[in-house]
Amino acid sequence: MRNTRIRVPETAAAGDIVEIRAMIMHPMDNGFTYTTQGTLIPVDIVTDFTCTYLDEEVVHVRLEPGISANPYFSFRLRALRTGKVEFAWVDQHGEKTVAEALLTVK
Amino acid sequence: MKRLALAVAASLAAIAGSAPAQETPPVSGYQFLLPETQALQDDDFANPGMLWVELGGKLWDEPAGNGTSCQNCHGAPEAMRGVGTRYPQWSQTEGRVISLEQQVNQCRAERQQADPFGYSSQELVSLSALVMHQSRGLPMSVATDGPAASAYRRGKAYYETRRGQLNLACSNCHVDQVGSRLRGEPISQGQVNGFPIYRQLWQDMGSVGRMIAWCNDAVRAEPLAEGSQMAVELELYLRSLGNGLAIETPAVRR
Ligand code: HEC
Ligand code: HEC
Repeated sequence: MRNTRIRVPETAAAGDIVEIRAMIMHPMDNGFTYTTQGTLIPVDIVTDFTCTYLDEEVVHVRLEPGISANPYFSFRLRALRTGKVEFAWVDQHGEKTVAEALLTVK
Repeated sequence: MKRLALAVAASLAAIAGSAPAQETPPVSGYQFLLPETQALQDDDFANPGMLWVELGGKLWDEPAGNGTSCQNCHGAPEAMRGVGTRYPQWSQTEGRVISLEQQVNQCRAERQQADPFGYSSQELVSLSALVMHQSRGLPMSVATDGPAASAYRRGKAYYETRRGQLNLACSNCHVDQVGSRLRGEPISQGQVNGFPIYRQLWQDMGSVGRMIAWCNDAVRAEPLAEGSQMAVELELYLRSLGNGLAIETPAVRR
């Protein structure tokens, strides 16, 4: 599991549009850079980012080499009912990192 | 890097040996940034450096070696407020000036009986970012007198000595050429109040030592090893130049 940062408002009124932010600590090596010793750093990237709310996938991003390190996504969500906002990042090796927060809808 | 060095050669060949140094008040590198980069630094969520601060927070609570964690002895990281303003600082036990990174490693080796972290490791830069972050907003105030005086003098001498194939001293750029552009980049005073910094060029967090090595390389000089005594003494001098400037850790720079 990698280090991540997520931001979900704690509460919202039903129907509100809220801002969601998510970031993962990841080098996103694009396969074109070299170490100081001159060896090529192989491609190492996150390939998929998803956000699920009320068990429904609301955002799915496919990432490619060339996206900068520590990819950061911010998007809006309509608050419907109290429930979990879940985040998942999968890298090219299939390693998964998850995070979640509860959104309370009043 | 090569391109920077060439551009440096072209644009600075003319200025080498120009204008005498002037006494100017310290100005943070922040003031030389584009508004977008300033906004990124100011946004505590989007600032990538906060990833390292948070990682540092996790390491702070993690038992190591003999089973103790930083937290066991020091309490919450907030207890470190003010500590970062003083480093590099004279260490009675070591008999020399040490950097904050070295102080952390000293605790790790002697008090936790764990293997010290590599100087450029992600772990050490994260813990250093965590400790420095606690002093955000406080003025830097390193001591340059008493037992630190000779280290300060050696750091100053290094700063003012020309070196490398381009034969430039730190001061030739960061004192004489402040505000000039090098390949479109404004040259700042080379202040260190934001360190460790998230540097977009590196797509990574780096210590003062890493930045010194980068600038050495830019003038095609032998890079000072990160964590070497000379690099720590130069860091002391750099910090003294910015005494009074507010700490910004984690700063974002290009
Ligand atoms: C077993 C107890 C112990 C552990 C564990 C420990 N320290 Fe320390 N630390 C000390 C003592 C004792 C001092 C010296 C206090 C003094 O003289 O100001 C110190 C000093 C420091 C200082 C300098 C404080 C100052 O005011 O200059 C820093 C920074 C620091 N420790 C960071 C850490 C970090 C980071 C960790 C975890 C990696 C850690 N320490 C683990 C006991 C500990
Ligand atoms: C050829 C000109 C040049 C020389 C000589 C040079 N630097 Fe730099 N330095 C730069 C440039 C360009 C940057 C990036 C833009 C900026 O902040 O000025 C930089 C950035 C820095 C920074 C980061 C400033 C910040 O706000 O985070 C520090 C610290 C620094 N230099 C220290 C040094 C030291 C120490 C030396 C001598 C070993 C040195 N520089 C020599 C050009 C130079």
